Amino acid sequence: MRNVMAVAKRELRAYFDSPVAYIVIVTFLAVAGWMYFSTAFLLGRADLRPFFQPSPFSPSMLLVILAPAITMRLIAEETKSGTIELLLTMPMRDSEIILGKFLAALALVAVALGLTLAYPLTIGALGDLDWGPVLAGYLGMLLFSGALLAIGVLCSALTENQIVAFIVAFLISAVLYYIYWLQFFMPPALSPVVEFLSVSFHLDNIARGVVDTRDLIYYGSLMAGALLLAMQALARRHA
Amino acid sequence: MVNSQAMVEARSLCKDYGANRAVDEVSFQVSRGEVVGFLGPNGAGKSTTMKMLTGYLNPTAGSALVAGVDVGDDPIAAKRRIGYLPENAPLYDDMMVADFLNYVADVRAVDGDLRKQRLQTICRRCGLDDILGKNVGQLSKGYRQRVGLAQAMVHDPDLLILDEPTSGLDPNQIVEIRELIRELGREKTVILSTHILPEVQASCDRVIIISGGKLVADDTPEMLSGSDGGAVVRVVVRPDSASAAEPTLAAVGGVSGVTSVGVEPDGHVFRVRCAPGEDPREAIFRAAVEHGLVLIDLHRERVSLEDTFRELTTGEVQSHA
Repeated sequence: MRNVMAVAKRELRAYFDSPVAYIVIVTFLAVAGWMYFSTAFLLGRADLRPFFQPSPFSPSMLLVILAPAITMRLIAEETKSGTIELLLTMPMRDSEIILGKFLAALALVAVALGLTLAYPLTIGALGDLDWGPVLAGYLGMLLFSGALLAIGVLCSALTENQIVAFIVAFLISAVLYYIYWLQFFMPPALSPVVEFLSVSFHLDNIARGVVDTRDLIYYGSLMAGALLLAMQALARRHA
Repeated sequence: MVNSQAMVEARSLCKDYGANRAVDEVSFQVSRGEVVGFLGPNGAGKSTTMKMLTGYLNPTAGSALVAGVDVGDDPIAAKRRIGYLPENAPLYDDMMVADFLNYVADVRAVDGDLRKQRLQTICRRCGLDDILGKNVGQLSKGYRQRVGLAQAMVHDPDLLILDEPTSGLDPNQIVEIRELIRELGREKTVILSTHILPEVQASCDRVIIISGGKLVADDTPEMLSGSDGGAVVRVVVRPDSASAAEPTLAAVGGVSGVTSVGVEPDGHVFRVRCAPGEDPREAIFRAAVEHGLVLIDLHRERVSLEDTFRELTTGEVQSHA
């Protein structure tokens, strides 16, 4: 655990010492702000569902782009610069390295998400806000981000080229995101499968305010699977 | 931990990259407190061997032991004992030197007062006091190398493995780093690799020469450079008596080894290594007469580590008569 924290701390500092963290936070706040206030003031509703609900233009869609951008450097950069050799000869397990890096990325997204709490607080002050779905929505967003970030970590472990890591992670995430809407063009028999695979379907479920075990299991296994594969990819460096 | 135990032991280490065998059956031991130089041409397998000792690469066959711990079985325990400076000193360019060293201390579990004191000592020894607030990316090659060394010493390891610690440095920096290594060698076991010969003579108790992935020599620099008195005699015989020459020469008293160098214009050349303090030239002459060898040339050579190195790694002989 100590090693996980040491790695996470270093990565988090690297984010905040570079423009990455600020770009992520500002972009996210801007889009999130627009979603809030368009709902609150244009539609006059004290409702946060548009914020959490996946749609082609939504904070979650923005994360499909931001998550790979956050994770692309995590391992690819170390491979490119050779510091991976330093890292892998420290007394740490591969799992601790992957976990530390993943947690740093998740922490950055959590900061961005946390700052958007200002919006529900203002809306809550102005109108009657049902906090249950809001908290569920935040949990959903965090799990959703975790899944995308885990995919990003995996892609970063597979290449030494950050651009490749970004593009591959983005493509995988985008497919998992948009497949939800593509199901209307597919045979109805496939529909449940496509729904189950889609990251947006599960986010939509949670955004309704219902935290279902199936959705938790979906995100949990996606994260665990991607991170385990990333550990495998890292272990291959020893070969 | 038994004191007589070898600090490092390589047992038939092999490493394949695809069909290409980079390291082939390399075995050696390094005792506690020794300073050992890995010598070899570029691409000989020095770095690969070091990477297997540090647990960065898994050997294809064979095993590496550090302080009695098998690196393959318990890499974490082995890595705790090692301070490693990889080739070209890869460092996090976006970090401040002080932050970087603190990060290493975090991972190496060096905490509290011990960390403060340890980092102070190391910074003084490596001359980092003035650059602690600088970004690693802005440092000159010499300072980078020193930060790399400092990083390897944060946990005060018994064993330092330094891959080309002086490459790319200017002569002044080389002298500084060498001094530092010599100083470290007084209390620690050091394995360093280099392709610079004087470096080995300047810093090492023992030299391991690797060529084409194989270990070709493992001896003191004095022995390898013949300066302990064990000279080398160059013997040239007529090519038709060459086949009988090798056993004959080897059987002569005072001879510790015979190497066939090959046919040169004046005949078949042999290098005869003499036991320390021996001059077997007369005995060689007598043996040659007795066995009907036609001697073309027989003289004693002054050899240097450079000659031995070239001979062992290329088969070429450079001689100064």
